[in-house]
Amino acid sequence: MSIFFTIAVVVLVFVVIFQIAKASEYVAILKGEEKAGKQANKINGFLMIVFLVLGLIGVYYCNDLMKGRIPVSSSLEGDKVDQMLYLTIAITGVVFLITHILLFWFAYKYQENDDRKAYFFPHNNKLEVLWTVVPAIVLSILVVIGLRNWFIFTGDAPKESLVVEITGKQFGWIYRYPGKDNTFGKKYFRNIDPATNSLGLIWADNKEMNQTADPASFDDIVNEQAMYIVKGRPVKLVINSRDVIHDVGLPHFRMKMDAVPGIPTTLWFTPKYTTKEMQDMTQNSNFEYEIACDQICGNGHYSMKGIIKVVTQQEYDVWEITQKPYYYSAFPEKDPSAKPAAAPADSTKQAALNINKAAGKSIALK
Amino acid sequence: MSNEEMLHAQAATVHGVEVEHHDHHGEHHHHETFITKYIFSQDHKMIAKQFLVTGMIWAILGGLMSVLFRIQLAYPDSNFPWLETLLGKWAKGGHLSAEAYYALVTTHGTVLVFFVLTAGLSGTFANFLIPLQIGARDMASPFLNMLSYWFFFTAGVIMLSSLFVETGPFAGGWTAYPPLSALGSASPGSKTGMDLWLISMALFVVSSLLGGLNYIATILNMRTKGMTMTRLPLTIWALFFTAILGVLSFPVLLSGFILLIFDRNFGTSFYLSDIYINGVGALPNEGGSAILYQHLFWFLGHPEVYIIILPAMGIVSEVMSTNARKPIFGYMAMIGSLFAIAVLAFLVWAHHMFVSGLNPFLGSFFVLLTLLIAVPSAIKVFNWLTTLWRGNIRFTPGMLYSIGFVSMFISGGLTGIFLGNSALDIHLHDTYFIIAHFHIVMGVAGIFGMYAGVYHWFPKMFGRYLNNTLAYIHFWVTFVGAYLIFWPMHYEGLAGMPRRYYDFSNWESFKMFNGVNVFISVVAMIVFAVQIMFLVNFFYSVFKGRKVTSQNPWGSNTLEWTTPILPGHGNWVGEIPEVHRWAYDYGKDGKDFISQTTPVGAEESSH
Repeated sequence: MSIFFTIAVVVLVFVVIFQIAKASEYVAILKGEEKAGKQANKINGFLMIVFLVLGLIGVYYCNDLMKGRIPVSSSLEGDKVDQMLYLTIAITGVVFLITHILLFWFAYKYQENDDRKAYFFPHNNKLEVLWTVVPAIVLSILVVIGLRNWFIFTGDAPKESLVVEITGKQFGWIYRYPGKDNTFGKKYFRNIDPATNSLGLIWADNKEMNQTADPASFDDIVNEQAMYIVKGRPVKLVINSRDVIHDVGLPHFRMKMDAVPGIPTTLWFTPKYTTKEMQDMTQNSNFEYEIACDQICGNGHYSMKGIIKVVTQQEYDVWEITQKPYYYSAFPEKDPSAKPAAAPADSTKQAALNINKAAGKSIALK
Repeated sequence: MSNEEMLHAQAATVHGVEVEHHDHHGEHHHHETFITKYIFSQDHKMIAKQFLVTGMIWAILGGLMSVLFRIQLAYPDSNFPWLETLLGKWAKGGHLSAEAYYALVTTHGTVLVFFVLTAGLSGTFANFLIPLQIGARDMASPFLNMLSYWFFFTAGVIMLSSLFVETGPFAGGWTAYPPLSALGSASPGSKTGMDLWLISMALFVVSSLLGGLNYIATILNMRTKGMTMTRLPLTIWALFFTAILGVLSFPVLLSGFILLIFDRNFGTSFYLSDIYINGVGALPNEGGSAILYQHLFWFLGHPEVYIIILPAMGIVSEVMSTNARKPIFGYMAMIGSLFAIAVLAFLVWAHHMFVSGLNPFLGSFFVLLTLLIAVPSAIKVFNWLTTLWRGNIRFTPGMLYSIGFVSMFISGGLTGIFLGNSALDIHLHDTYFIIAHFHIVMGVAGIFGMYAGVYHWFPKMFGRYLNNTLAYIHFWVTFVGAYLIFWPMHYEGLAGMPRRYYDFSNWESFKMFNGVNVFISVVAMIVFAVQIMFLVNFFYSVFKGRKVTSQNPWGSNTLEWTTPILPGHGNWVGEIPEVHRWAYDYGKDGKDFISQTTPVGAEESSH
């Protein structure tokens, strides 16, 4: 019902505005169109300068209101992005201000006036060369800085990097660690079984598909709860997709890379703050480093969230020990460590709990 | 006019010879039925109006879609029973479903980019202005011109029909990246909806090609006596480059679509490889590249944004010069920068793919070439500013929109410098920053160019004026509203908030923008309402507006104002006038304006 009421009110307002507009047209005809036109011209000229002033105040106010909501950069590479961002904002900000002040001030100042004649000024080579060359120089500076960063970001990750594989699927992320041998086992998408082998690791010989079991695949650690990385240690993500194109979006680390089926991509960065430190800094105990899928991937796109836990090296080591190779969760009977006490990490809370316990132990040992 | 007569008229104008016995055609002596005059018309002016009205209908539908999904973004937890009344199963319980949301976002994008800002803008003004401003009786091929409209119309009907299929319209974003767009099992919208989307777009490409070839042929061959290329108004130059861009890039898009049709229906693997779909299993496809599609798509996709903005630039240059009563500053530089933009348009497509896994070395060239576009863009902006300087400005509604266009083009163009720099694009790609950027620089600026054109040439189209008061309200609300909608989005983007999200409330990183989203949505609804008001003004004024009483109401130099107030098919009664000068002699030697048809006087100063 309320919707009809709203529509009725909107229509009514329309009719009123329309009638006023119609009436003003008649008045204009009665007054003489030229006179009415001049009046309208004055109003619009004045509005130009009003728009400029209020607009600039609005820009300032908006910035004041919003800048606090942009999270601080949490990676060393992100700091470079932010530096570049500030420089670009400064340069474009100056251009924005100058051109807008000129635009609206000229519009106001040179509004139609019987005493003035427009100045016939068809071209001026000096001016035109000036505003070709100056933007070209400024842009070259931005290109140089940008490309320097670009080659750092897209270049090889440092040798000491932690390497994690991340695979997107509708609608979630699968993380894989190479395990003790530090080598990722081979995988093939036709081996995928969502229940037991979500990545299609090659665990067994298969003549039909012409594949032999890869020993490196037996100790690979796979989980879907959270990716653990270490503060201060570069991390290289090897990005895959199982179905459609996804994108590993890391707003806090200022990084992003598509996950393309059939074509592995990579990205690397160096986290600066642990999750805990960020929780303290943002005074938000729910803070998490979230992985946002940034490439539309279907109707669940908006819910395709991953979690990155940045921890200290010590916490990481403890976490790593508690992880079981994925192979054993598929074939529990082959697990040498008999019946394990700790349940397989099936929820983030459980995993976190384990860490706390383990961390407690290691501190007690000291 | 019979076909035979028309052919004669064409032949006559093509050869630049005015044949005496054709001179009196135009208004009187031929009989036209309702169908040949208003529906299957071959008169470029009527076809232009058809493009305009169809574009308007699509603009309203596309705008309405954005209002619907903005409601979802503002109030993700509320229910609106009227939504269920309107959308049925797509909004069960008055709450828009994710499927419907993505379908609306996708259709909004497709429709606005292609049907409104390409066909609605270029289609309207190329058809209307090219013959009138170069001094021709009609297009090179009026019949192809008519076909161009009807292909567009059919494309629209098919797109519209896709809204009503059971599995819903395509819902994978207007860029339609495979594998999502190729696999019905990955998204219900990629079933029948996508087939219809592809058919519709293929027909649209045909329409664009027919139109574009016609525009190029007309501009090159059918200019009146004395109308050299360097005497053309900038509108024509802009439409000329636009047509060339379209003719060279749309076929590439079509090829991309054809491969997609093969992947979808005939088991090929151009774009597909290594895919396991939940609930379906591993697909047989191997060896394709999903990135190939992106190259083919953006090879059109990037020129496409210039296809949108160049005509707007041309219109703005013309309207601004006329109403500043001053020549456009740097006419040759304006053509040069249009040309530079048109060339660079083909060399920057991969900047849409910086984070797709593109070779970084290759990416660096695209950074350089992309930022290079800022140079001709800067030239244009400074030239417009200088055109205003020391003018004698009349704020007609067309002029207001031209000034608004320059403001939008600056704001949106500057954020392009952020996005074109790949190192920054890594952070900003596919966030609300890009939404803000392209809506301002392409969407709003393109629409502003269109409004400038509609307000400026409405008297020529219909022999009546639009209501000025409504026009002023329309401009100021739209102008302020556009900034209020898109300015805050930059901040959302800087925080990394992704585009195409149905609901942000579960995201610790983005939910602090909830209040901002409410604000944006409310402003969007107000702005949308004002566009409806414009439509009321438009259609009311077509029939009841104040009548135009003088042949040249704006005191303009160009040829269209030398025709009768309501020109018939053939445009000029009697001979087509001869042109003696460029289009921008405003305020020269103390004269307010000197029409292009005025011979150069002996004492006239040269510039």
